[in-house]
Parts: sequence; structure tokens; C-alpha cells
Amino acid sequence: MTSPYPILSILGILIVTLTLAAGLIWLERRLLALWQDRYGPNRVGPFGLLQVLADMIKIFFKEDWIPPFADKAVFVAAPAIIVVTVLMSFAVVPVAPGIIVSDLDVGLLFVLAMSSLGVYSVVLAGWSSDNKYALLGGVRAAAQMLSYEVFMGLSLMGVVLLAGSFNLTAIVEAQRNLWFVAPQFLGFVLFLIAGAAETRRLPFDLPEAESELIAGFHSEYSGMKFGMFFVGEYLGVILISCLITILFFGGWLGPVLPPIVWFLIKVMFFIAFFILMRAALPRPRFDQLMSWGWKLMLPLALANLLITGAVVLAWRS
Amino acid sequence: MTIVFYVSSAVAIAATVLMLTRVRAVHALLYLIVSLLAVAVIFYVLGAPFVAALELIIYAGAIMVLFVFVVMLLNLGEETVRAERALLAPSMWIGPSVLAAILLAEFIWMLARGGVPPAQAVSIGPVEVGISLFGPYLIGVELTSMLLLGGLVGAYHLGSRKAPHTEVTHATHP
Amino acid sequence: MFSVVRTIWYVLLHMFHKRITVQYPDEKPYLAPRYRGRIILSRDPDGGERCVACYLCAAACPVDCIALQATEDPTGRRYPEFFRINFSRCIFCGFCEEACPTYAIQLTPDFEMGEYQRPNLVYEKEDLLINGPGKYPGYNFWRVCGVQIGGKDKGEAENEGPPVDIHSLLP
Ligand code: SF4
Ligand code: SF4
Repeated sequence: MTSPYPILSILGILIVTLTLAAGLIWLERRLLALWQDRYGPNRVGPFGLLQVLADMIKIFFKEDWIPPFADKAVFVAAPAIIVVTVLMSFAVVPVAPGIIVSDLDVGLLFVLAMSSLGVYSVVLAGWSSDNKYALLGGVRAAAQMLSYEVFMGLSLMGVVLLAGSFNLTAIVEAQRNLWFVAPQFLGFVLFLIAGAAETRRLPFDLPEAESELIAGFHSEYSGMKFGMFFVGEYLGVILISCLITILFFGGWLGPVLPPIVWFLIKVMFFIAFFILMRAALPRPRFDQLMSWGWKLMLPLALANLLITGAVVLAWRS
Repeated sequence: MTIVFYVSSAVAIAATVLMLTRVRAVHALLYLIVSLLAVAVIFYVLGAPFVAALELIIYAGAIMVLFVFVVMLLNLGEETVRAERALLAPSMWIGPSVLAAILLAEFIWMLARGGVPPAQAVSIGPVEVGISLFGPYLIGVELTSMLLLGGLVGAYHLGSRKAPHTEVTHATHP
Repeated sequence: MFSVVRTIWYVLLHMFHKRITVQYPDEKPYLAPRYRGRIILSRDPDGGERCVACYLCAAACPVDCIALQATEDPTGRRYPEFFRINFSRCIFCGFCEEACPTYAIQLTPDFEMGEYQRPNLVYEKEDLLINGPGKYPGYNFWRVCGVQIGGKDKGEAENEGPPVDIHSLLP
């Protein structure tokens, strides 16, 4: 069930994901610049790579301020929740055969559960800051993530039907002949959108919309607590990219190269795609967001599920 | 596994007690969430990972978020805190606690008699849950869905009530 | 939905466009001669100070960052005793240059004035005055105005006739 070297897997995945999350800060700035005809950070170290280090030093030494009017305990707990829930989800992500922390039978549900718990981080941060912008951000986050979670789960059920299991390793193995992106293209698109909404990436970053809410739910956060939200967001992007790779693009399957390399290539591709979405797309209005979610995405996800179920039944009989 | 079970049970009970005694609504909700998480762990330990995941997704992840959402929007000031404090006076909680204690005693007595099967090692996966939901418990599922449909229609009705006509004419032409 | 995909595609194509960033310290940007940068005080072609301390620039300055004190030499030529520009307040609007009747004060294409200490941004006359006429090489205020100074009497300026003898009857 679990990997032969559990501690090694845990440490490896932890270190790799955290480094990747830090590196993403640099990568995102460079890629955004690339797509906006700029250079991005290129001064500190080779290709500006040490910018990450400089940013980290900066954020560590910033004053860690808790507003006197805030609800202290909740204020401190909120940023931890997001990092913890996202890192927990990585426990069931199979990177390559044998490299997985816990091969849970209901792995996919576990990921969904953790992502639904991640909402608390944002909501509580907004509430405990006792600041109207933060509260508005928190309220938006709650509404947005609840609505998008619904069809995020539903869009994946087509994959589960085809694979016949919630286990992520089994889902990857079921794609030996055909990646699920082909039969489940609609599910893939829906999941991509829901994933962006769940991680509050740019087309869906209404909870923090700078132009209207300052920084939304994390207006009052500074220093390392702000850093945790930041890292949590990037970890979320990595997680969603990993999930897309596993569920729709055959995980580590691929010719010639070793499995882990294939996995990393695919994940990096989707991370870059998320950054591209950020570079290209404007932010919708909040009522548009909600009505797309409930009136377009949800019916589509349901129809996808229904048709997939019918086809699978017809196929089997 | 037994250790995990007892620890999470203790956490669940403690969190529930703390939940009852908090004066701030959001804090109470947070303890309730912790208690739900502990219950999910108990489900998992008892061999029902599917139910554990659903507990997390639906109760902790969706319903409680809605609770927090609503409580956040209520403007609960010092007034409510004082009112909640008053509710925590002994005269308010002694009655319910006695009743709960009787229930607890009965529960312990039943446990001591060994009326509950021991936690089995087989794990109940999604397939078993699905089969039993759409097999022996079909009537229950259908009734629940009727109930939910009723709730949905009611919510729609409440939500779609037209606002009274409040158009303001800014300029009056002679 | 199609427009969203098309937008993403067009933004992706920007990968192959030319970068428009100027890598500043390594690569200097082009500054036009009339760029409004660091302010200087210029001199006449014959080396005298152009500024006549008329206070017009100080009056025109919207942020009041010019301070000067007029004085005269024994021959009646006016000049500023001190002339001080506080560059930490200057907004480089160029109004002073427009107000100046003698082309003395001029803005130059130089903006690299960073300092660690704010008081270092207060430039005195020694810092401002240059040894040249700046953008207007041929112009010499004292040679075209009618005021009498040392070395130039009444009627000796360019395009100026000798003074009229008002006591004579003949025109
Ligand atoms: S450029 Fe404008 S702000 Fe600066 S000294 Fe001249 S008038 Fe004043
Ligand atoms: S710089 Fe020009 S405007 Fe200013 S006092 Fe001197 S002559 Fe007058």
C-alpha cells in the first residue's frame, strides 16, 4: 500500500514541494514578464534566481504585526490552515510508482476534503482581521470556493467512473491505453476552471482583488504570516497541476524518460498554463462568477457525469 | 489504531464541550469543526474511509463554512457576548446536562455489556456504501431526496421574493 | 469562451516579441536634449552670470523650491547672492525655465541624482552654475538690454541707438 521508504517519501515530497513553491515565485514573475514583453527579476544571481532568497530574507525579517483589534488566536491560526491542508493533500499524490506518502483508497476524496477545509483559512483570516475589506474578501472567498467546490467534485466523477476507483494510483494505471483527457475533455476543462477558482488564482482572485479590496482577506497580514498565504497559494497551484496531471494526463506514464521526469514535465506544463492564464485574463465581476458557477458549470458537470455514466453502463453491458 | 481512536474521541468530546461554553459564535463554530474532524478520524479508524471523507467534505467543508459565513455577516457585538454569558449561568445548563449525563450513563452501560460489535478491520469502501444506499436503503435515499427537494424549492421561494417597488423619481416635471 | 482561448493564445505569442524594457544601468536610455532633468544656471558667452536675480523663477515654481537673494555689483549689474534649489521638492516641471527672461536657468537631460542623505539634494549656486551658455549659445542678455552696467554704457547695447539728448531742440 504505502511506499517502501515512508519517511524518505514524506521528506522528499515535503522538501520538493516547498522548494518548488518558493521557486514558483521567481518562475511566475519571469513568465509573466515574458508574456508582457518585459524581463522580470534578472539582477540577483544567475537569471535572477537568487531573487527567491532575497524575497525570503525580506519576508522573514519583516515586522510580524498583529492588529490590536484582531481576534488573535484565529488570526494566527488562519495562515497555518492553508499550508497544512494543502500539504496534507500532497500525502496522497502519487509522483511515480512507489513514491507516495499514503496510497489511500479514497485518495481523491481526501484531496477534495482537504481543499474544502482550506476555505476556512481564507474565511477566518477575513473575519479575524476585523477590517471591512478583509471581511468582504472572506465573504467572497467563502461564496466562491463553496460554489466552485461543488462542480469541482462533480467534474472529477467522470474520471472516477472510468477508472472505477477513488485511488489515485489506480486512476493513473487505468490510463495506460488512453489518457482520460480524451474521453473526459469537458471534465478536464471544468476541473481546470474549478481548480483556478479553488486556488484563487488570477482570473478568480476576487477574494483579494487589489483594485477594489486592497488585498482582500490578507489586508492585515504581514511578514511570515503573509508569506504563508503566499506559499499556500503556490502550493495550491502545484497541487492542482499535479491533480490535472494524474487525473487527465496519465500521471507518470510516458515513453523513454523515467516516470518521475514525465510527472514533473507535465506538472510544470500546467503550472506554466496557470501563470499564462494570470497573464492573459481579466477578473470577472463577482455576480458573473457566481452565475457562471451555478448556472453554467454545475449543469455542464452534471451532464458530463450523466453521459459518462450512461456510456460506461452501455459499454459494460 | 486503538490509541488513535481514543485520542480522537477525547478530542471530539473536549471540542464539543468547549464549543458549548464559548461566548463568541465563531469560536464555538471552530470548536464544532474540530469536533467534526475528530469524528471523521474516528470513522476512518473504524474502517469507513468513505464516510470519513464525506464527513470532511460535506459537514466540515461545506455546511460549517456556510455557518461561519452567516455568523461572519451578523453584526454580533458586545451585546451578544453578554447575552451568551448569561446563557452560561448554572441554571441554564444544569437541566440539559443531567439529561445528557443519563444518556451517557446508558451508553456506557451498553458499551460495558458489549452490545456493540468491536471495530472490525475490514474497510467499507465507496462501492459497499453505494450498493447499500441503492439496495436495502433505497426508500431512505428517495425520501431524503424528496426532503432536500422540498428544502430547495422553499429556499428558492424565499430567495426570489420580489423586492417592493422602490423606484425613486429624481426630477418631477411640471 | 472562444475569446478567452484566443486571448490566452495571443498572450502566449508575446513570448516571441521584442522586450521593451531598457536594462537601465547597463544600457542608458536616450534622453532628448529638451529632457527636463537636473537644473543648471548658465553663463553668458563672455563668461558673466546670466541670472539677474529677478525672482521670476522662484515665483513661478509651483512647489517653491527655489530660494535666492538679489544683490548688485558696484557697477549696477544684478546677480544672485545665493541661489538654492531644493531638488528633493523639485518636480521638474520646467516652469522656472519658461519664466526666466535671461535663459539663465535651464533643465538638462540628466536624472541620475540619487542621494542617501536628503540635505545633499539642496544644491547651492556653486553646484548649479556651469561654465557655458547651455542651450542658447549666442544669447547675451546684458548685450541686448538697455540697462547700464560696468563696461557697457547707455546706448551701447545691440540694436540700440545712442541716448537722445532731451535738452536739444533739434530732433
Ligand atoms: S522645474 Fe519646476 S519645480 Fe523645479 S525648480 Fe523649476 S519651477 Fe520649481
Ligand atoms: S534664474 Fe532667471 S528667472 Fe530666476 S532669478 Fe535668475 S534671471 Fe530671474
